[in-house]
Amino acid sequence: MSQLPASQLSGAPVPVPIPVRKPRSHWLGSQRERQTTLSLTLMALPGLIFLLVFAYLPMIGLVIAFKDYRFADGILGSAWVGFDNFQFLFGTDTAWRITRNTLGMNSLFIVTGTVASLAIAILMNEIYTSRMSKYYQTMLFFPYFISWVIVSYFVFGFLNGNTGIANQVFDALGWEPVAWYRAPEHWPGILVLAHLWNSVGFGSIIYLAGILGIDPAYFEAAKIDGAGKWQQIRYITLPLLLPIIIILVLLAIGRIFNADFGLFYFVPRDNPLLYSTTDVIDTFVYRSLTQLGNISMAAAAGFYQSIVGFVLVVFANWLVQRINRDYSLY
Amino acid sequence: MALVETRNVSKATVVTRAPRDPVKIGAHIILAIIGILCVVPMMLVVAVSLSDEREIAVNGYRLWPVGFTTFAYTYILQEPAQILRAYGVTAGVTAAGTLGGLLLCSMVAYPLSRTDYRLRKPLSFYVFFTLLFSGGMVPFYILMTRYLGLRDNMLALILPYMVTAWYVLILRTSFSQLPVDLLDAARIDGAGEWRIFFQMVLPLSKPVLATIGLFFVLRYWNDWFLALLFINDHTLYPLQYLLYVLMANINFMASNPQTTGMPIPAQSARMAMAVLAFGPALFTFLMLQKYFVRGITIGGLKG
Repeated sequence: MSQLPASQLSGAPVPVPIPVRKPRSHWLGSQRERQTTLSLTLMALPGLIFLLVFAYLPMIGLVIAFKDYRFADGILGSAWVGFDNFQFLFGTDTAWRITRNTLGMNSLFIVTGTVASLAIAILMNEIYTSRMSKYYQTMLFFPYFISWVIVSYFVFGFLNGNTGIANQVFDALGWEPVAWYRAPEHWPGILVLAHLWNSVGFGSIIYLAGILGIDPAYFEAAKIDGAGKWQQIRYITLPLLLPIIIILVLLAIGRIFNADFGLFYFVPRDNPLLYSTTDVIDTFVYRSLTQLGNISMAAAAGFYQSIVGFVLVVFANWLVQRINRDYSLY
Repeated sequence: MALVETRNVSKATVVTRAPRDPVKIGAHIILAIIGILCVVPMMLVVAVSLSDEREIAVNGYRLWPVGFTTFAYTYILQEPAQILRAYGVTAGVTAAGTLGGLLLCSMVAYPLSRTDYRLRKPLSFYVFFTLLFSGGMVPFYILMTRYLGLRDNMLALILPYMVTAWYVLILRTSFSQLPVDLLDAARIDGAGEWRIFFQMVLPLSKPVLATIGLFFVLRYWNDWFLALLFINDHTLYPLQYLLYVLMANINFMASNPQTTGMPIPAQSARMAMAVLAFGPALFTFLMLQKYFVRGITIGGLKG
């Protein structure tokens, strides 16, 4: 009421505003707006149906974790068994093994991948203007286009017992040859290398884009103040990249419960002797489903993964949002 | 090899008249080594494919061809039906999936990019939620095999990836940056939504469509997962799955009835098959590398 009309101050009769009754609007707006809404909805409909079938129906299908699934009865017709499937799953050592391997290997991947990608991006930035940098980038990026099936050929070429390169090198050095495909203790390292090989090119591109986005004035000023390369990296590059680093790491943590199936299935060649270090939730689910025919066990493990994964993603995004809204998924 | 790189560096520094910087030279050496390590596995596979089978048995794999021979290739190409069929399946799946996927994703993305679309918010969430939560492999498998009856069906290799929430969201962002005035003008001239979409939005969005299209191509071309779950019929094997079967079971190639009676160059033929299967595609992808880099830096942070 701070801005009273002049007429009120002068004591003149106040014209009471008559509430104009708007024409009752349709909840979807005017005729024309309704037409637009209809057209746009029809346009989106086919894609939305795809998502309904291939994304939402499987979510509903998660209920089979609480059922004794029989193919003939289908998802709806099979009998409820409460938490029996989970009791079976968590009653075995397998549940612990696949959880440990999934979390452990993914943690190793996050740490090594982040450090290596950052280091390569920083080196790349140093020589960014050189003609050679394009060739390096192509060589580093090349593994991004290679599927895990083909990587399994590469790894086999190095590790197979009789003809592989690794044992030839060991032989030349006078070391004992290693039966790689029978020695689970070596596989965390092998998988870390395979993962690094596959992902550093991709990862370094993102960090390089971040470094190239830093205002060169910072580096100029630091140089004038006598800062060396290492100091520039330590006090300018890394601190300014920190938000991106934190966010990428958090998003990776959000997916830490989901292993890269191809890496863990093809590269160790689904070898039972290696399961103690290479079996992850995804490979266990696949094996239970298709090879062992133990659908209930697969369903329980899958449910466990979906739910914990969902909680982690939401939590990670909540943290990301608190740091920088632009980078969060929503 | 590192020495060669450093020599190149010094040449470049002479041209730019910059002082020789030990940091730069160090960076060149390290990156050259890492780059070579990235490429070495491929060299190994190529070398084995060009090696003599007996030499392999004696000496093992080498990084260069031992007893150079192209016998493994002539052996495979004598009866090329197997690999040609796999190429056909992969090419068909990739073409159909990419074109269909681009169309479907764009058709979802465009309405969601319109601020005046009434269902924008709920439908965006509907799309987005599929990124957060997934039913996983088991219900998906049961859905596809029991309810949709897609076992041993080409459609099983195409349909599941066609609408990918991630691509929809990137396309939505890109569409929402189109000049609004232009689209409004078309609307005032009486163009319907479908016409605006097909005659203006899509032609104006060629760059982002090309980028997303390439990601679709890469995904379909390199896919083995759907075949692993749903394909048993070996006439429907896509390339990647054929390679997996060859790796898991070297006798698969030997059991080919047309090749009985010939000595089987098992080791080198297997690697030759890998080269024939991924070589051409790899070359193409590397040629198109810069578009992938652009795609990664656009949506990269979120990918």
